[in-house]
Amino acid sequence: MISVRDLHKSFGTVAAVRGVSFAAPDGQITGLLGPNGAGKSTTLRMLYTVLRPDSGDAQIDGISVVEQPLLVRRAIGVLSHAAGVYPHLTARENILYFGELHGLARAQRERRADELIELLEMREFASRHARGYSQGQRLKTALARALVHEPRNVLLDEPTNGLDVMAVRNLRSLLRKLRERGHCVVFSSHVMQEVAELCDEIVVIARGTVVATGTLQSLRDSTGQAALEDAFVQLIGSDAGLE
Amino acid sequence: MSASPEPWRGVFTVFRKEFFENLRDRRTILSALFIGPVFGPLLFAGLMQFSVKQSDAATDESVPVAIAHAERAPNLVSWLAARGLDITTVDLDDDAARNAVIERRQKVVIALPEDFGQRLASARPAPVLVYSDGSRAFEARAVARVKTLVMQYGQQIGQQRLLVRGIDPLIGVPLAVQDIDVSTPTTRSVLVLSMLSYLVIMSMLVGGLYLAIDATAGERERGSLEPLLTTPIPRANLIYGKILAAAAYMLVSLILTVAAFAVAVQFIGLERFGMSANLGPLAALTMIACCAPIALLGAAFLTIIAAFAKSYREAQSYLSFVIAVPTLPLVFAGMFGLTATTALMLVPFLSQHLLITSILRAEPIATLQLVVSVVSTLGLGVALAWIAGRLYNREALLS
Repeated sequence: MISVRDLHKSFGTVAAVRGVSFAAPDGQITGLLGPNGAGKSTTLRMLYTVLRPDSGDAQIDGISVVEQPLLVRRAIGVLSHAAGVYPHLTARENILYFGELHGLARAQRERRADELIELLEMREFASRHARGYSQGQRLKTALARALVHEPRNVLLDEPTNGLDVMAVRNLRSLLRKLRERGHCVVFSSHVMQEVAELCDEIVVIARGTVVATGTLQSLRDSTGQAALEDAFVQLIGSDAGLE
Repeated sequence: MSASPEPWRGVFTVFRKEFFENLRDRRTILSALFIGPVFGPLLFAGLMQFSVKQSDAATDESVPVAIAHAERAPNLVSWLAARGLDITTVDLDDDAARNAVIERRQKVVIALPEDFGQRLASARPAPVLVYSDGSRAFEARAVARVKTLVMQYGQQIGQQRLLVRGIDPLIGVPLAVQDIDVSTPTTRSVLVLSMLSYLVIMSMLVGGLYLAIDATAGERERGSLEPLLTTPIPRANLIYGKILAAAAYMLVSLILTVAAFAVAVQFIGLERFGMSANLGPLAALTMIACCAPIALLGAAFLTIIAAFAKSYREAQSYLSFVIAVPTLPLVFAGMFGLTATTALMLVPFLSQHLLITSILRAEPIATLQLVVSVVSTLGLGVALAWIAGRLYNREALLS
């Protein structure tokens, strides 16, 4: 469960995030939708404690990202924007490394690696060095790595970028599985279709602030636009940077 | 939840992963296990062989001398020949003699002018022209030998003249200068051997270079840094693990390089310099012990620089420049002829250079100096690693 309260973050004179608040309950997929440069990534990076907010706070399972960043990291699994894997390690070794960093005992991380390789259908490439992986194989490896410690909360930054149709379908089904198991899933995207298809709750972000929150239906109702695209364009104020 | 004690959590995990992952990287392996340990000793063996040859040549080899108009001074010529000069008679005028030396057809040309015999007979200074090229340092000893012999011949004639006139020849010799060269074969070769400490230190630094780049700038460039920062390991510990891994590669490189040198030296023919005993197993081990503290300092130093480069390439270009910095003290040592003192042991790289030189000269090493060198270099290494840890906590790391 994630609750975000009035986050602010500036880089020099550029105010990237200017008051973002929302709540993402367990057992739901929450989508952060907005054009490129709206502040989605910066918001997520504050949630996964790589950036420290200038003001405001967020709680993940009741733990403050400002006060207890190390504890927060135990409760989250992160697929960052550039989810690079180690080219000289196999997928399995990539997963085991992160398991060890998360403090899992050897037997425990071996078991988790097996489970994840099964769950994400990685068997055919799991023992090969990651150097020659396809985009989809790299993504699966990065996802497995993010889930190795069985985090309650999963944060994904533009996870479908650069994936082919099959890989996107696989990812969707995985996120639904996580929802069924009661995880709190938050992902960002600038692709309307994707958010509409997957999310229970949509947080629309533009120019560093939340401009609307609600289900797909409630957003349609509040804008009076039947078409999804028109609803978003009206909320954001322009269609620049959306797909 | 975590197995290792809290303050060092993750350090060993990161160390082990970097160490083993880089074993699979051809670039790292080449630089750590091949370039230094193989090319260092090869280069050194070449230089050494050359220098040994030169210095052998200077003492034993008969010096070839060309003499123009030898018929004008038959006594001088036979006197020189009797003292081991390899004499050929040539027919060269002034220009031809100059050109013969410039074009390297001759090392030394002696020309005897037309009035040589006449002036000698009338006891006026008789000119002897000695042509040589002073810019060719490696021929200097041969040329000096020729000139000395000619001078000696002149002095001998002078003394005979005095004797003939009933004067004690010693009157013309007010000073008796004796040149006492106390250099031993071991110390004479140290000039070349000081190259060895340079090669050992360079080879060490190069050994950890690629790991330092890969673990920092490389990690960021391939996008694996951000996921790493979301694990519950304090950021400083991540960088400590990486520094230790780079240091480990430097140590491996050090051990291999010194071992390779010790083996190479057996083949170079150093026994002619009385050197073979001085790079035996004990000297090699002492050398490794002296240089080992550099590993931490060098690894922390390179890691700090690489951590703040924007890309792998940028880090590479910074480091290829920065890696020369540790060799500056070595240059100063050569320029000012520094010798080991306790105060100089505070200067990293310089202290190791001086210690290695002492070991090679087969001089005893003062325990205090060794301790000061090890402690100060290690201390600086720890300080730099700590700074790296603090710097790694900054957000600017990611952008």
